[in-house]
This record gives sequence, C-alpha cells and structure tokens, in this order.
Amino acid sequence: MSALLDFLGDYTIQNVLLGAILLGVVSGVLGSFAVLRQQSLLGDTLSHAALPGICLGFLIAGARELPAILGGALVTAMLAALAMLVLTRSSRLKTDAGLGIALSIFFAFGVVLLTYIQGTAGASQGGLDSFLFGQAAAILRSDLYVMAAIAALALALVLALWKEFKLVAFDPGFAATLGLPVLVLETVLTVTIAFAVVIGLQMVGVVLMASMVIAPAVAARQWVRRLETMVVLAALFGVVSGVVGALISAAGRNLATGPLIILAATVLVIVSMLLAPERGILWDALRRRRQERRLEADRVLATVYDLASHHRDRRYAAEESMIDAYHGMATRPALSRLSKRGLVQPSRHMPEEGRHWVLTDAGLDEARRRHPDGQGLGQGASSD
Amino acid sequence: MLAALFDNIPLMIMATGALVGTAATLVGVFLVLRRNSMLSDAISHSIVFGIVVVWLLTAEQSGPVQIIGAALTGLLTVVLTELLVSTRKVKDDAAIGLVFPALFSAGVLLLNLYARDVHIDTHTVLLGEIGFVWLDTIAIGGYAVPQALVWMGAATLANGLFVLLLFKELKLATFDPALARALGFAPGVLFYVLLMLTSTTAVAAFDAVGAILFIAFVIVPPSAAYLLTDRLPRMLAIGIGISIASSVLGYYAAVALDVSIGGMMAVMTGLFLTLAFLFGPRYGLVAQQWRRLRQRYVNESRTLAVHLFNHENRPEAGEESAVTALRDHLMWSERKAAAVVARSLRLGFVVQQGDMLFLTSRGRQVALELLEPWRAKDA
Repeated sequence: MSALLDFLGDYTIQNVLLGAILLGVVSGVLGSFAVLRQQSLLGDTLSHAALPGICLGFLIAGARELPAILGGALVTAMLAALAMLVLTRSSRLKTDAGLGIALSIFFAFGVVLLTYIQGTAGASQGGLDSFLFGQAAAILRSDLYVMAAIAALALALVLALWKEFKLVAFDPGFAATLGLPVLVLETVLTVTIAFAVVIGLQMVGVVLMASMVIAPAVAARQWVRRLETMVVLAALFGVVSGVVGALISAAGRNLATGPLIILAATVLVIVSMLLAPERGILWDALRRRRQERRLEADRVLATVYDLASHHRDRRYAAEESMIDAYHGMATRPALSRLSKRGLVQPSRHMPEEGRHWVLTDAGLDEARRRHPDGQGLGQGASSD
Repeated sequence: MLAALFDNIPLMIMATGALVGTAATLVGVFLVLRRNSMLSDAISHSIVFGIVVVWLLTAEQSGPVQIIGAALTGLLTVVLTELLVSTRKVKDDAAIGLVFPALFSAGVLLLNLYARDVHIDTHTVLLGEIGFVWLDTIAIGGYAVPQALVWMGAATLANGLFVLLLFKELKLATFDPALARALGFAPGVLFYVLLMLTSTTAVAAFDAVGAILFIAFVIVPPSAAYLLTDRLPRMLAIGIGISIASSVLGYYAAVALDVSIGGMMAVMTGLFLTLAFLFGPRYGLVAQQWRRLRQRYVNESRTLAVHLFNHENRPEAGEESAVTALRDHLMWSERKAAAVVARSLRLGFVVQQGDMLFLTSRGRQVALELLEPWRAKDA
C-alpha cells in the first residue's frame, strides 16, 4: 500500500497521470464529434501537420518552450485543415487526396525543419524527437498548465455550442435550413480537433494522435446510443487508455508512451466491439446461433410431424437416420433440444435399427400450430 | 564507366529518389483516381510492423523474402479494415484510423524492446535516410550497387509491368468498376494486386524515405498530374515527370540548406502540386478565375444586345439605344457602361453612330439566341 502511495506521490507520475487525464477527456469528447461526422482521418492529417508547427515554435522561442511549441502546432494544424479545404473546394481533387496531400507535405516540411534545427541548434533539440512518439515522463508541471488551459478552452467551446454541434454532427442539412452557420460550426469543430491534437503531442506524439481521437469514441459508440453518454464514456475510455499507457511507459523499460496508449485504446475498442450489449459481435453471434438452432429444431419437428401425418399415425416412430437424410446433417443435437423442450421423445421401437423418435402430445400441438397444412408435405417418406 | 556511375553519390541518391517517386506514382495514380489514397497512409504506417516482425524472425533486413513478407502487413491492414467495416459497427474512415495506428504502435514497441542496437530505430522509421543509401551496397556484376537502388528498381519494374500489361483492365476497373465486374474482369482482385504492389513499394522505399514521406510520393505527383490532364497515360507520364524533377530539385535544395533530403524531395512534390493547382491550364485556380471573368464580360455584352434588341425599331428606340440610357435603364455606372460598349464593339455585337448604338446582325443573333432560342436556330 505504501509502495503504491509512494508511486502516486512521485512528482513525475503525478504529472503523467494528470496529463493522461487531460488528454483522455479532450480527445474522447472531441473525437466523438469527429467520428460521428466521419472525419476520423482529419485527425490524422492535423496531427501529422503539427510537426512543422512544433519546429517553428521551437525556432521562434529559441528553446523547448511549450506555449510556443503548442501554439505553432495549433497554427500549422489549422493551416493544414485550411489547405485541405481549399484544395478540395476549388479544384477537382477529392477529400481523400486533399487529406493525404496536406498530411504528407506538412509532415515533409516538418521533417525538413527538424533536420534544420538539428543542424543548427545541435544537442539542444533533444526534446523535439519526443514529439514524434510522445514521452510522458518528459512532462513538466508547467506544461500541464498550458495543456489544461487549452483543454478548458476546447471543453468550454463544446459546452457552449453543444446544441449546435450536435445538430451539425447528425444532420447538417437540417441545421442549414434552421439558419445555423453550418460552415462556421464545422470549421470550429475542425479547429477543436486541432486542440485535441495539440494536447496529445507530448503524451502520444504527432504520428499516433489520430488514433487517440478515433479509438475512444469508437469504443464508446458501441455501448451507448445517445451523444451525451457517448461523449462521457469516450472521455472515460480516453482517460483509462491514457493512464494505462502512460503508467506502463513511466514504469520503465523505456517504451515510447504513444504506442502504449494507442494499444491500450485499441484493446478497449476490441473489447467494446466484442462485448458491448446490443451491438457487441459476441452477443450478435450468440443471438444468431440461438435463432439458427431454433429454426433448425422447428424444421426437424416439422419433419417428424410430416412423417407421422404421412403414416397417419401420430405415434409414428421416425428413424433418426431418416431424419438425418432429410436434412443432410446430423439432427441428433436438434432432436435432443426438442426432447428437452418436451416436444419429442426417444422411442423403444426397434432399438436394433437405431434410435427412433416420436412426437409427444405437446410436440403434436406445437407442430400443428406451426404447420396447419402439414398434411402431405412429407413426400419423401413414401419411398420406404 | 559504370563503376564511376555507381560511385557518384549524388547521382545515386537522386536516382533512388526518382525511382521511389516513379514506382509510387505508378500505383498512386490509380489510388487517387479510385479515391482510396488514404489507404497508402494506412499501408505505409503498418508495414513498420511487418518490417520489424520479419526482421526479428529472419534477422535480415533486406532481401526479396523480407520485402514481400513485410508487404503482406500492408495488405493485412486493408483486409482488417474491410473486415471492420463489414461488421457495420464502424464507418470506413474510422476503421482505417483504428487499424494502422494499432499495427504501427505494435511495430514501434517491438523496436523499442528488441532493436536497440540496429540501425532501424524509430527515427529512421519515420524519416528514412536517403542520404545514406550508398552505404548499403550489394555486388551486381562486379559493381557495388546501392541496395535501395536495386530494390527500388525492382519495384519500379514490377509496377511498370503491372500497369503496362493490365492497362486496359486497370483503366476499366478504375473508371467503371461495375462494368468491369459485369465483363468478368474481377476488379476486386486487380485492386488487391494494386495494393500489394503499393505495399511492396512502400517496404522497398522504406530505407530511403521512411514510412510517412512515402505517402507524399504516392499521393502528391498523381494529384498534381490530375489537375493538369484528363487522359490516363498523360497523367501517369506527368506524375512520373514531377517525381523525377522533385527528386533532383529536392536533392540540390536539401544539400544547399543542409536538411533532410527525403523531406525536401517530398516538399518539392508539394511545390509542383501548388503550381498545378494555381496555374493548371484548365483546372488551375487562375484559369478558372480567368474563365469566370471572361464569362462575366461576355454576359454583359449579351445583356446589352438583348436590351437593344428589345427596343429595336420601336418608337422609344431613339431614347433607349443611346449610350447615356444604359446608366438609367441597366443601372450601369458610366465607367462600366463605357467598358461594356467598348467590349461589345470589339466583339462585333453593336456599332456606334454618334451617341447611338445599333445591333449588328451578329448582335441580333446573340439576343435572339437568348430570347427565342427555338427561333434562333433557323435564323
């Protein structure tokens, strides 16, 4: 217990935890809108485009000063979004090409600046590489204040424009007919994604920040169907993956923080997609299996009933292998389930010829209810 | 003589860059046209995982088996993405954004864990080091040829053959997949082959330009070419031309500024794209604005023609056809009226006699086309 308290009392660990919480909340909340608006890859472009801004901020401030670096990142991320919009609006290029062009050219420019800084500033640029993949342990208390300020701004924006954002996310056409400035609102939403990207730079890094915007929101979407709950849950998932990844990274082995956080978020997505009630793949599969079995049992019952009615003997003992032949598969499991439901029972008729099954009274009723015109359906039975 | 060629380091670097660009453009053209260009983003990130795994398994970094093995991860990304989309729980954009970061993260962590001493560190993963391609050579026919050049040459050859041999099929599958399917050309299979080639090219280019700069070579030159032409063969040729020019210019710019060569080559592709975007003959921004402006001018002259036509041979014609009347009746300022009259005279729509304007037969035709298009045909 005291070891845990020591661990939590550690200055670095505290910073990392606070940073992870800030990151998780903001990227979860803002990512929800991006995912719902099908703009997930915009986050990818914006985060890669933050690299030249980081370098420019560094060059202007002359040192690794977070406000300048994050400010620069914000500016170039927004410029990239703007470039993407201009390219797709006033030329024949489509969105995918616009995103890819803005991403790769801004990143390339960032790489050029990074090597320029390496060439001129020498060893003092050591901190910049950590922005590629994130290095949680490098976060200072003063960095947290900057991050918290940006986070507060972004969240305040979302709260203030909640109704409008919601409408734009779900039905931009309707929003436009109501007279809302849809273009402005969409631009503001895009800018807020840039905020989320900037907050994540130190923890996750430019390369993987896109996933931090997408994954918690996608995971949350599986569990709930209301935007309010989705946003809260996404924030929670963001915090969990941020904290888990950051703690593993800070605990040693010198693993990059970003990939760890993203893998934690990915695990959350997989678990959510598999297990979430209603939408979960496992529940889906279970439901489908149950339905298939039900259908199969119904069809087997119908066969037994057809055989019985063909022989004009409601106690007719149908041979299991004959039922198998009818269905082209082993029907024993289906028959056992039917017998468990009390609709058929094994018969003692000619045990040396293999197992036989007869309808019970309940089975007869059930089959009649389902196949009121069952008479004459069992043509195949006439061959024996 | 050949030996001197292979010892020429700047030439080797530029040639490698040009081959990366050419091979990437050959597949990129079709990705851009199919609106799947962000798949190259996904592929180039996730091959990092493949490269690391293959390296851990075989302890070799380059070689045909390694390249193809790593390239399979790129294909895996696409398959996983499509699988995710097919559950209908995730939209396709989010699916892409979920799969490749996960694979990329796994690759980076494996590097962190196992690859402290080798030269594929996380930095190279992102940026590549085209400046050092001449360090890794293999002997071919007695000459020390840079490995990157060999693999890129092979990739370019493969992509070139693919495009050349299946040009007709690719064209059909790209522009009309439904018809291609109906004719039995299996556009899906063709697309997977295209993605496998993209992936292989990404792996081969990895040492030279890293995972992310590769995207620039796939998307940007084809996009720039797309802004310049409507014909597929020309688009391929222009794209390749831009790639080669970017490699050469990028090299010299990078050396002059002492910055990343690969980065500068990618920036150069961006420069060409900007030029095409602004000054493309048909789709460029300037050409578009120019057309719009011209259209406006012509429309003003047509308005004048209609105005004169309406009042032609009527009692008020004397008043309406005066140059001064344009200000009051068409709400044109004096300057604008003068400019429109001057242009209309030049277009041959009107003639001026003193202060009065008269329609020429050409001008009457123009007005008639607007007012009574059904009759203008016979006139």
